[in-house]
Amino acid sequence: MTAQQSRLRIRRQDQITIVEFVDRNILDEANIAQIGEEIGAIVNDDPNPKLLISFANVDHLSSAALGALITINSRIKGKDGQLRLADINNQIIEVFRITRLDRLFQIHPGTREALASFT
Amino acid sequence: MPQQRHDHCDPRDPPHAIVRTIGHERRSIVRLCDEIIDEMARCGYPDAARFALRLAWEEAISNAIHHGNRDRPDGTIEVAWHVDSRRTCVRITDQGEGFDPASIPDPTLDENLDCPTGRGLLLMRAYMTRVVFDPPGNTVHLIYDNPASGG
Repeated sequence: MTAQQSRLRIRRQDQITIVEFVDRNILDEANIAQIGEEIGAIVNDDPNPKLLISFANVDHLSSAALGALITINSRIKGKDGQLRLADINNQIIEVFRITRLDRLFQIHPGTREALASFT
Repeated sequence: MPQQRHDHCDPRDPPHAIVRTIGHERRSIVRLCDEIIDEMARCGYPDAARFALRLAWEEAISNAIHHGNRDRPDGTIEVAWHVDSRRTCVRITDQGEGFDPASIPDPTLDENLDCPTGRGLLLMRAYMTRVVFDPPGNTVHLIYDNPASGG
């Protein structure tokens, strides 16, 4: 059995975990499931998760990817943690607006603003 | 090998539509979408149109695999497509019993915002010029009018 290649680039800054996607297209449901599991493990391992997800490299995402983000958000909220999204391009931010998920998530233009918003 | 025909077997397909039957393998799904999008590029559709088609395609194919074909490994999907400089038409037919699109709850209501599923149809409708389901609901037509064609 071979180890799965991570779909994420993960780094820590202060108490915050910053996640970026390896893939430009977050469409393949097998990859989305893996992303959900990888971020889920980060949330599980942290008693007070503070997570910043950057979409800097992302060109496309599907409703399945939105679903994974919603599940992550619920798990973080369940642990009184904080989730921020950042670096979302204009085409994808429109997807968040159409679905009204821009009201569910805290979305910031860039990583710097998102980092400054954690309490 | 996927079947390919240049006649049209559904009366709502445009004349000269290309018809193919694909399985659930990711590679064939992406390759066919790329073919359609490459043709859109050749016909002068803007980048936003290609973004829209890829998104609607992913949502329609996902519905066909999960809700229509119930994830059966041997499930197949028939795709008919035609692109010209004025309009792109894609028909996607699964092997399921269909569904009533009106039965899907509005995912933009406050009480549904944190539900992780149920946004595919909303996105298809938002990004396509028209989305039409044929009864009993196992066929969806994605229709996109090229904004660069000048009407």
